[in-house]
Amino acid sequence: MKHIIDRREFLKLAGLGGVAFASGLAGWAGAGQPKEDFYFVQMSDAHWGFEGPPNPDARGTLPKAVAAVNGLAPPPDFIVFTGDLTHTTDDPVERRRRLREFKGIIGGLHVQDVHFMPGEHDASLDHGAAFQEYFGNTHYSFDHKGLHFIVLDNVSDPAGRIGDAQLAWLSADLGKTAQNVPIVVFTHRPLFDLYPQWDWTTRDGAAAIALLMPRAHVTVFYGHIHQENHHMTGHIAHHAARSLIYPLPAPGSQPKREPLPWDAAHPYRGLGFRQVDARSTGQAFDLQEFPVERGAS
Amino acid sequence: MTPRPQRRRFLLGAAGLALAVLAPAMAMRQEERVIQVRARRFVFDPSTIRLRHGEPVSFELTSLDVPMGFNAPDFGVRSDIMPGTVTRLRFTPDKAGEFSFHCDIFCGSGHETMAGMLIVT
Repeated sequence: MKHIIDRREFLKLAGLGGVAFASGLAGWAGAGQPKEDFYFVQMSDAHWGFEGPPNPDARGTLPKAVAAVNGLAPPPDFIVFTGDLTHTTDDPVERRRRLREFKGIIGGLHVQDVHFMPGEHDASLDHGAAFQEYFGNTHYSFDHKGLHFIVLDNVSDPAGRIGDAQLAWLSADLGKTAQNVPIVVFTHRPLFDLYPQWDWTTRDGAAAIALLMPRAHVTVFYGHIHQENHHMTGHIAHHAARSLIYPLPAPGSQPKREPLPWDAAHPYRGLGFRQVDARSTGQAFDLQEFPVERGAS
Repeated sequence: MTPRPQRRRFLLGAAGLALAVLAPAMAMRQEERVIQVRARRFVFDPSTIRLRHGEPVSFELTSLDVPMGFNAPDFGVRSDIMPGTVTRLRFTPDKAGEFSFHCDIFCGSGHETMAGMLIVT
């Protein structure tokens, strides 16, 4: 059986040729840029432990996504998981069981360089304590092939704040990074006011954006809203990813923020993960959306 | 000592001016509607609140169990709601319509459905 498929071939087979999205307006020409072409994968919002009609295959969807990512060739340099690994529970023992199970499933990824951060479902009821037991720090930074990646935690505070201490850390981290190095931010909630009526915001997100704004090349990838969304605050691009459990409606498109119903005719519709291409040719990111399995959209 | 007529007129005028300035403010304060809202996991009581456009309102917010938040983004107001404390949140609806409010402090497994509606006529 042919297991590994070319990413372009996968897109073609899945009928997804039209979903590419070029991120950033000006590209990186004249600025720092990747030392070589590479790509990473963004996965988000698995909500492991969720049960309900919005996804009758709740326990099967994440493993399918892992298999789909494993099918990418060549493999991504790394994978980032932008929060809500698990669905919230009021029981601390059950929370840890879900985190443990999630970690076991994600352990099946062939690419072992995986960067995690919590979502509010993982961390807001215990200030991130259980998450940290399994996945370590909730905010950190790393460098990869000439780019600087920053993971921000806007969920361990149940009020959805980054907080003064972390903002000070962000400022210091940026201060240690050369001005021409492109910055990529990973976080869970949108840093801008996408739709505050549904709590799709970060209360002090504007402070983070203000710290990032002087940098010429900044791109933010986040989760939380269970759908693709692309937004600019000035020259900073913000890209929300699909989820791996159920899609949510477009901001303000219906009275309540409730999961979209499962479509039996099109299973897994609206779910998926994202490939982000970073090119050394001075171009901006190239985004491509993948379904959790072929034929879904 | 009896005040001289000139001084008496001045005092009367000053009193009248004070009344003219303070009376509307006092009336406005008197017209402020007080609405008690109790929060508990994962509901607001009441969850539908009728307000009048231009009429000042003072919410008296209490939580019966855990820390909560009251957030009405369309009016740019929010407040923490702490157990055992009454928190007052004052504002004047400046537009009519139906506007949601929600809990903006993650409070448990039903947090995401903890919301209500302000109906302003």
